[in-house]
Amino acid sequence: MITIVDIGMNHETAPVELRELIAFGGHNIRDVMNTIRGIKDIKESIVLSTCNRVEILFTTDKEKEAKESVTEFLSRVSGITKEELGPILYIYTNEEAIRHIFRVGASLDSMIVGEPQILGQVKEAYRIAVDHKSSSVILNRLMHRTFSLAKKIRTETDISGSAVSVSFAAVELGKKIFGDLQGKKVLLIGAGEMAELAATYLLNNKIAEILVANRTFSRAVELADHFHGKAISFEEIGDQLLEVDIVLTSTASPEPIISFNQVRTTMRGRKNRPLFFIDIAVPRDVEPRVNGIENVFVYDIDDLRGVVESNVNKRRGEAVKAERMVDEEVIKFTEWLKTLDVVPTIVALKDKCESIRQSELKKTLSSLGNLTPEHREAVENLTISIAKKILNDPIVFLKRKEDRASRNLYLDIARKLFNLDTDSDETKPNPDKSEP
Amino acid sequence: MDIAFFRLTLVLYLIATAGFLIFVIKKNKKVGFWSHRILVAGFALNCIYLVLGYYQLGAMPVLNFKTSLSFFSWTIIAAYIIFQARFRLAVLGSFVVPFSAFLMIISSTIPISSITVKPIFKGFWLPVHVATAFLGDGIFAIAFIAGVMYLIQEHQIKTKRLGAFYSRLPSLNSLDSINYHAINYGFLLLTIGMITGSIVAQGAHGSYWRWDPKEVWSLITWLCYAVLLHQRMAIGWRGRRSAIMSIGCFFVLIFTFIGVNFLMEGYHSFKSLGGN
Repeated sequence: MITIVDIGMNHETAPVELRELIAFGGHNIRDVMNTIRGIKDIKESIVLSTCNRVEILFTTDKEKEAKESVTEFLSRVSGITKEELGPILYIYTNEEAIRHIFRVGASLDSMIVGEPQILGQVKEAYRIAVDHKSSSVILNRLMHRTFSLAKKIRTETDISGSAVSVSFAAVELGKKIFGDLQGKKVLLIGAGEMAELAATYLLNNKIAEILVANRTFSRAVELADHFHGKAISFEEIGDQLLEVDIVLTSTASPEPIISFNQVRTTMRGRKNRPLFFIDIAVPRDVEPRVNGIENVFVYDIDDLRGVVESNVNKRRGEAVKAERMVDEEVIKFTEWLKTLDVVPTIVALKDKCESIRQSELKKTLSSLGNLTPEHREAVENLTISIAKKILNDPIVFLKRKEDRASRNLYLDIARKLFNLDTDSDETKPNPDKSEP
Repeated sequence: MDIAFFRLTLVLYLIATAGFLIFVIKKNKKVGFWSHRILVAGFALNCIYLVLGYYQLGAMPVLNFKTSLSFFSWTIIAAYIIFQARFRLAVLGSFVVPFSAFLMIISSTIPISSITVKPIFKGFWLPVHVATAFLGDGIFAIAFIAGVMYLIQEHQIKTKRLGAFYSRLPSLNSLDSINYHAINYGFLLLTIGMITGSIVAQGAHGSYWRWDPKEVWSLITWLCYAVLLHQRMAIGWRGRRSAIMSIGCFFVLIFTFIGVNFLMEGYHSFKSLGGN
């Protein structure tokens, strides 16, 4: 009986210092792959290593021994004793392992639930396993199910739907105001990590130009260079408000630098083209009243945090839906696994029948002498259809038993009836030879 | 025979409505895609129904409230299909199609009454007048709905309460430009409708303008939209203000469309048209 096992650790079970020790980032993942493959009780295997997790997924006939060997290997690589590793590692078997790998692929087990990178990392791990020919029937199917389930969850639930970082939420808001950000102009006032990150996201959305203003002009020039933009002086801000579409502010100024009256006059000059202020500064750089002006939208850091928080909650709600989809898929997969027990017997049965057919056909054809090709074909077709029809009922019967408890009994009977285990059981007479 | 087409059309519109609602609630693109297909199929049947009606009656089937309503909902769907092809905003359908199906249901509940077609309803200009005026109404309905959607979305963004609609509704910019284009084309068709109407009036009554209530209210509607267009183009109105005004204009239009025909005497009233 084949067992699927997943041994690993993630951001929840292990602190980052320990993760660093185990993560194979420093080692060559291909070497690791080879070592795992070399363990004698392991049949198929896949190794996934990211900054948040390490997973070793494998199938084995000897569950206990294989688990032992893998744990030993991890202890050797990390230099952590097996006793210390105990509480850090999780070991999942069969259904649990299947569920775990589904959840990892669908980003339900991620630090930020719904983040999209993990699926790419799982795909990469699988690709390496395929290169090493260490993944076969069971893990191939498990991985393909993981990918399609992850895709299904992403399209049918909103798990990756809404932004869960402040900068990203700001960009998303921009898209809801302007539609397409392509061709929009951005003004960056002041510098700060979050503002720069938001600017980077905006640039990724093909905005036309980025202008940078700073109290210290040299710093503005520096930043402008970084973003391939243009540096402007602080005094030019008023004029530029007529041109730009998005304003990102994050200065350390104690008073607001964008006033209500200034924006109101600006809007007339802009012919009411929408203007979006993203104010990441504390205290705020844009007077709160500005949000009251038509076609002007102001989001300060608290607003953005509020958006992010509600998005995180939304994702949690969506995760419940996703878990249900995972459950369904786990049931389907375990059902498929059960059919695997029946498959070897059916294959053996078919093989045996085919070899009998071939040898008898050969004998008959040679004794019949010269036949036209049409006749040959007719005789051959006759043998094929007889063999098929005889096998049909037993195969259907075995398939029906695949998820019954009595399965093993019937498999046993079938193997004995058709004498399918001759190789391992030499004492029994071979029916082929006993025939006259 | 033709009533079967009407019923089938209604059934398809209702299925499309359900589909569009599921699409917007569940954000299921596949459902949206098929809803649109079903809607187009329903629209094709609706066209057949109208053509049959035209041949049986010998005049545009807008002589009573029942048929007018169903013709109006046809024009809304027609306008939607055109706008969908141009803007690719299936979410618009989630608002437009239920609205149109609703009008269709009202129309279906009104009992069929016999219509006597007066000879003046036949001729070249009358169908042109009816078709352009109604299609203009249909496009204004799109402007109205885009305006409502704009206000919902704008409210969410301004108040920073990003509820269920925020992720489902399109961007403010898309809604505003749909609103703008709809008003442009609607205005053009309404203008043509009024000019051809006066040509018809000249032929039938001997004068281009007779201060009939429908004529007066059409002029009021036309002026409202003209002001809105002027504000947009010359003053630079956009967004919220334009959305609110297009909603206001649409209420005036609905009064012109329905109210005048019921409440006021005149040759446009359903009574004098020959229906009920």
